[in-house]
Amino acid sequence: MKLKLKPHTKKFFSFLLVAALVVSTAHGLTIGASAASKVVLNVYNWGEYIDLEVIDMFEEQYPNIKVNYTTYDSNEAMYAKIVSGAASYDIVIPSDYMISKLIEEDLLAELNFDNIPNYKYIGEAYKNLSYDPENKYSVPYLWGTWVIIYNSAYVSEEDVKDESINLLWNEKYAGKILMFDNPRDAFGLALMFLGYSLNTENPEEWQEAAEKLNSQKSIVQAYVMDAIFDKMGSGEAWIAPYYAGDAIIIQEDNPDIDFYIPSEGTNLFFDAMCILKTTEHQEEAEAFINFMCDPEISAMNAEAVGYATPNTDTLDLLDEEITDNPLIYPDTDYLLENSEVFVNLPTTIQSLQSELWTSLKIVSSEEEDEAVLDWIDWFCIISAAVIVVAGIYFAVRSSKRKKLHKSPS
Amino acid sequence: MTAPFSVWMAIFVIIPIGLVLYYALTDSEGSFTLSNIASIWEYKGTYLISLELAFVATVLCLILAYPLAYIISRMKTHSQNTMVMLVMLPMWMNFLIRTYAWMTILEDTGLINTVIKAFLSLFGYEFEGFSMINTNGAIILGMVYNFLPYMVLPIYTCLTKIDNKLIEAARDLGANSLNVFTKVILPQSMPGIISGITMVFVPAVSTFVISKLLGGGMTYLIGDIIENYFLGNTGEVNYNVGAALSLVLMILILISTGIMNHFDDDAKESGGGLI
Repeated sequence: MKLKLKPHTKKFFSFLLVAALVVSTAHGLTIGASAASKVVLNVYNWGEYIDLEVIDMFEEQYPNIKVNYTTYDSNEAMYAKIVSGAASYDIVIPSDYMISKLIEEDLLAELNFDNIPNYKYIGEAYKNLSYDPENKYSVPYLWGTWVIIYNSAYVSEEDVKDESINLLWNEKYAGKILMFDNPRDAFGLALMFLGYSLNTENPEEWQEAAEKLNSQKSIVQAYVMDAIFDKMGSGEAWIAPYYAGDAIIIQEDNPDIDFYIPSEGTNLFFDAMCILKTTEHQEEAEAFINFMCDPEISAMNAEAVGYATPNTDTLDLLDEEITDNPLIYPDTDYLLENSEVFVNLPTTIQSLQSELWTSLKIVSSEEEDEAVLDWIDWFCIISAAVIVVAGIYFAVRSSKRKKLHKSPS
Repeated sequence: MTAPFSVWMAIFVIIPIGLVLYYALTDSEGSFTLSNIASIWEYKGTYLISLELAFVATVLCLILAYPLAYIISRMKTHSQNTMVMLVMLPMWMNFLIRTYAWMTILEDTGLINTVIKAFLSLFGYEFEGFSMINTNGAIILGMVYNFLPYMVLPIYTCLTKIDNKLIEAARDLGANSLNVFTKVILPQSMPGIISGITMVFVPAVSTFVISKLLGGGMTYLIGDIIENYFLGNTGEVNYNVGAALSLVLMILILISTGIMNHFDDDAKESGGGLI
């Protein structure tokens, strides 16, 4: 088919085309110009994990750098985004086990510590940790532990007396319990509760942990991550496991909130700043890391997000009320005995974990066997019946009509 | 004219579907395999619940949307425009924010329960409150709310196109209101109903955000599982199984729309008979 346009419509279209061309070139030019004068630094961090003012201050100090800040809510989500190549980031701030995975897969750039003089403020205890033994790829950002958060207005003192993970399995609080919505933390918690290592490579222990989580499902209100802030703050849920720093922030919102480090033990995690190998702005990225290690900046940041800082000079700047809080800065000897750091799991265990987690979340065969029809099933059956009847009715009617049309002729 | 069309089709339809097919039928090394498709059997329960919820949401949308579209189409032109704009209004807001808003409305300590509790306590009644959030009902509500405009608009467009003379003629021939509706209006609006059903059912069956926010992450729908395989939320990224899941979902949707189009043909015949 040939398109025929009236002359004036043609003119109009050509005008439109030219206009579009001019606008797009001009736009491209301005983008090109601003990119030449400004380096864009893509920073990818956990949600609710920075004082955004710090970024403004960085941009003020380095007027030629623009920070493009985005967030993720699990290490796994960040990893998938990086390997998919869908977006290019310069700086990421993953946790320990994920850093070792990234190092293994050769995705991180070696840092030039000459550009990060503030590294000297990092405490010796936080250097050369197992995930980056020679400390070539990462600069510690913040650290923390799991805690069990509860609302003291609803949860009786008796139940929290022994400070156990068991509180999350207490049927008295059915429907008011939240749980981690990522398999590493959720399975870790169940493994710790059972007295196993968080990094166990024994499939039977993973199976047992999966059963433990299955037995909890019926009393869990929801599996969530950052929604914990809202749900615990408003009193919608009463009990949740989460990370220590966030517990402090929720407590600021709702004074009834209290928390403890579980007596069975806890996960000790370190989040560290890394530069991805694909970066084109390593120096600028190093300047950013250096800036974040500045004691004053790091103090601002630590205060805003509530987590513990690895920066020795920052400790002196922080309020004593914070640094003396054993829930945020637990005793090192205590941690040595009662905590475990995640290590990267072998692939077989990773797929087992993924499989067990999915089967926790999909409609289980047991539930199917029960075969109790709820209103949704009834609704489906009835409306399907109505549709079938209507369909047959229409079909019969139209075939009758066809006959009618045929017979007179 | 056909050249730009085929380029468009290639870029936006053929290549993406080709990629899905490629990933679904290969393993991580890129060699041919059917194991991805075979592994889908374990998700049959998830497919079933996704189809079921989407089906209920679609039927509810239809029940709600048809009368609304009909009422709007009988209004004066000026008010029609206002009403259509009001139907579209929620869509100006971000989909996620709208769904988040339902979270705070449905929660145990949310708007509905707080209001009912406060009202009943005036009369001295103690009320436990309804538990609405984190159920399949909440997921259906989220689907109905979010996709309702996609049902209203095509039906409305179809209804406004009906020639009023046909209705007058039917009346002249002695049809009562019910007959006018079943024999003139309903058959003529069938194309709108069909496209409305497709436009609601397809996004509802593949949604993953609604089930996460309003379902509390308790039950995965098929969209959640596909998301997990692509984003690795469960610690394992596997494009191949994810693509196989999408492929099967696409086939299921194709079958459902095929059945629906069959209805459409019937309707067209009976509609054509009238003219």
